[in-house]
Amino acid sequence: MSSTSSEAHTDGGNAGRQTAPSAAQSKRSGFSGADKPEYADYSRCVHCGLCLNHCPTYRLWHEEADSPRGRIRQIALVDEGKLALAESFVEHIDRCLDCRACETVCPSGVEYGKLVEFARAQIETNYRRPIASRVIRDLVYRQLLPFPRRISIAARALRLYQRSGLAPLARRTGILRLLGLRERERLLPKIDSDFFFNELGRLYPAHTARRARVAFFAGCVALVTFSELNRATIRVLQANGCEVVVPESQRCCGALAAHAGVRDVARELARANIAAFTDGHFDAIVTNAAGCGSTLKEYAHFFPADDPNHARAQKFAATVRDVSEFLDDLGLVAPMRPVPLRVTYQDSCHLAHGQKVREAPRTLIRAVPGVELVEMPLADQCCGSAGVYNVTQTKASLELLALKMDSVRQTKAQAIVTANPGCILQLRAGSAIHGTGQEVLHVVELLDRALAPQGW
Amino acid sequence: MKFAAQRLNRIHHGAGFAALHAALAICRERRIVWLPLVDAPERRDYSAEGYSRIKAICAAKMNAKLLHDLKELLGPDAVLHRPEELMLYEYDGSVETARPDCVVFPRTTADVEGIVRLAQQHKAPLVGRGAGTGLSGGAIARHGGIVTSFARMNRILEIDAENQIARVQPGVVNSDLSAAVAHLGLHFAPDPSSQKACTIGGNVSENSGGPHTLAYGVTTNHVLALEVVLPTGELLHLGNSALDSPGYDLTGLFVGSEGTFGLVTEITVKLTRLPEAVKTLLAIFDTIDDATETVAEITARGITPAACEMLDGWTIRAVEDYVHAGFPLDCAAILLIDVDGLREVTEVEAAEVEDVCRVHRAREVRVARDARERDLLWKGRKNAFGAAGRVSPSYYTQDGVIPRTKLPATLRRIGEISRKYNLQIGNVFHAGDGNLHPIILFDERNQQQFRDTVAAADEIIAFCVQAGGSITGEHGVGMEKDRLMPLIFSEADLSLMQSVRGIFNPEGLLNPGKIFPDSKGCGEIYARPRREGAAPSARQS
Repeated sequence: MSSTSSEAHTDGGNAGRQTAPSAAQSKRSGFSGADKPEYADYSRCVHCGLCLNHCPTYRLWHEEADSPRGRIRQIALVDEGKLALAESFVEHIDRCLDCRACETVCPSGVEYGKLVEFARAQIETNYRRPIASRVIRDLVYRQLLPFPRRISIAARALRLYQRSGLAPLARRTGILRLLGLRERERLLPKIDSDFFFNELGRLYPAHTARRARVAFFAGCVALVTFSELNRATIRVLQANGCEVVVPESQRCCGALAAHAGVRDVARELARANIAAFTDGHFDAIVTNAAGCGSTLKEYAHFFPADDPNHARAQKFAATVRDVSEFLDDLGLVAPMRPVPLRVTYQDSCHLAHGQKVREAPRTLIRAVPGVELVEMPLADQCCGSAGVYNVTQTKASLELLALKMDSVRQTKAQAIVTANPGCILQLRAGSAIHGTGQEVLHVVELLDRALAPQGW
Repeated sequence: MKFAAQRLNRIHHGAGFAALHAALAICRERRIVWLPLVDAPERRDYSAEGYSRIKAICAAKMNAKLLHDLKELLGPDAVLHRPEELMLYEYDGSVETARPDCVVFPRTTADVEGIVRLAQQHKAPLVGRGAGTGLSGGAIARHGGIVTSFARMNRILEIDAENQIARVQPGVVNSDLSAAVAHLGLHFAPDPSSQKACTIGGNVSENSGGPHTLAYGVTTNHVLALEVVLPTGELLHLGNSALDSPGYDLTGLFVGSEGTFGLVTEITVKLTRLPEAVKTLLAIFDTIDDATETVAEITARGITPAACEMLDGWTIRAVEDYVHAGFPLDCAAILLIDVDGLREVTEVEAAEVEDVCRVHRAREVRVARDARERDLLWKGRKNAFGAAGRVSPSYYTQDGVIPRTKLPATLRRIGEISRKYNLQIGNVFHAGDGNLHPIILFDERNQQQFRDTVAAADEIIAFCVQAGGSITGEHGVGMEKDRLMPLIFSEADLSLMQSVRGIFNPEGLLNPGKIFPDSKGCGEIYARPRREGAAPSARQS
């Protein structure tokens, strides 16, 4: 950040610069504790502005405050004590999708995702949110997500609501609208009939000669909403010669908590997962959720460099692979039947921008006989799902979704393929709301379909 | 008025008092009536004390009535005025900063007319802004006032493929236009390094160039007509879609006027056919002299490459860390050369260029095999500035021009200056047209280093002028180089230019404090204490 004097040049050459350090610099930083954005990280931003046109929220509103450059500036200003860590700051940091599209285009290599997560950690500790928001955040991040059994109970309750006829009733009576939940209810995941709990702790042999031994990371919400996707992932891995272990003591990856700034919970989960996956001698830890993968690969961020966990986290992270990345590296060997389908690929942000994996999913899609891949414009722009963004910032999320569905429509694709459960939910909602009629598949679901013995 | 007086009593005591009174007197004389409502204590951080106090009073306020009227006109969502919002419009891509008093977001030409009318009524300075990627402070409200952001005026209004014309609003992003017409085999030729973010309105204001300027010219060569709103509120249509319109070339006059003539609300641009073939060559050299001599000889042989860029060893290492384009890390310089046109011609020219490189001891010459490789090489070049952020908290990009035959001498001189001030200077430039961009690295927390940086930059520019060049090639003068204008223009030149500005912008409300070392309008107030201080050598009077 260059906060140099505006008039320096005109001030007799350089004289003006001398007076630049001032009362403001001696002000106290609005940040405290260890989990805070560091000067060394945010000062990498040279405010060139190349990120602006790639930021979904800047593209929506065209205001600096909602651009990566503007948010980094706000972080710097809070650290310099020139801006209060208050409503305005919180609002703009909250509005960030954390999609990290800006990181992809940043020539200075600013690790924006890290900055915004630390900023959120600061908000969590130094800012008092309204009571309702505090209660809900506590419930979700601290009481629910870290505990598989509670997720299971909540899911059963939700399933009851969805299957019992309560849901249509609630929709029809307008009670949802009254509670301001009408849009959000549409984005709710459909709860599975058969959860993915029995599979935990099991070992799945390779269907061919064993080419690799992998651990499967199953997720948390995915246990009750994407069990079929998880099973499909295991099938595809098995078919391509992988022995798949699903470690029993694995927990939620902590991505949602970390993105929300609840770093203590995320850190605990990181410890638990590192322990759960440590001694299995795996060639890779494979996940089908780009959001989880990105966080798993960055576990080291949770621990200071001198903490022994830091090195452990780095070692753990080095074996984590997104399923697309892993399969592309390994090479597909399973025979596949044609799946005649015109598809378009939506880059999942935490795969493309977070993990820099762009080509692997496309290569896998093209490998399926009969599939025609048509690129949509701005495929690597966020669809608006962004973890819980569609719940916390529903309006913006739906606007982004509308733009996305516009791009999809231009491709005349029959299916949208993507790489993350969150994106799948959002795009399914998009397909329903905008009546575009595409089915939405994960890359491995497409592969699984090509493997399946009978027609679908 | 009472409020103002209270504020005055509170803030203004001590050294700046007399100057303040003088300033207020001028404000009154000029009917500058906007009164202090918003205090911006940060302003006091910026510069010499008395001076900044005046600024705090004179420039940091927004008349409540004006704000109210602006909101009425544009809607509350299109007006920013809270300090925490304004802090984010203090900067652009340059090292300059200054805070506006409000930021407005027009969507239509009528909105802009309304804004200009209100600014006129309240005598508030008015500054246009695109994406804020500029490198000379053009979009910074040096003396406060209203920043008009064109970011939401971003519609492509018309594409006429047969006549190769597009009509756009000023907020359309440069590369978005090229992307929108790519399927027609066309593109918008000016390609500044910031093209993925910068707006066409900004390109027009700064008359932006880019690597392909060498063959395709700068923005002014691609603008056919403009719709502009003058500070008087008048709406004008300059030029037309014909390639040469009768009468004075007012369009040409407007392009590059850095927002001091009027606000541009619509732009008709020429679209250029994409070349049938492009060949990108990467030539690697062990000495800088070999590279620069190669450039001189390529043109001497009668070849005009579409682009001819040079990066020095330091820059290559910074960039390679980001793009992984396979630039060698141990070389002294590379040349990145595009030849384009008909397939056959391109083949011949590429071979010829390769030959010149080899004659001048190029260690290796690579030809990009496909579009992907070409894009990767160019990505390295276009991100060279930003990549400096990887190695240094701040950097200062200079922009100077020299005759290309003087390249070797100039680079040697830059090396000397770098050693003299003990500053790291990277060199990346449009070698073909002699447009230099030395990147000077510094840490803004180190005041001495910053002063050295400015001094080093000045020495480089002075050398460019001596060598028969100029103080800026494409970044514009803005508030960065106003004080350097007398290096290349006589008082008579500057006075004529200011008379021209006076025709469009008689009161100096539009982008005050830019281009000229001595600005009219409210800027004059601020100039006063400066002149009393250590007078810069460049400044007359």
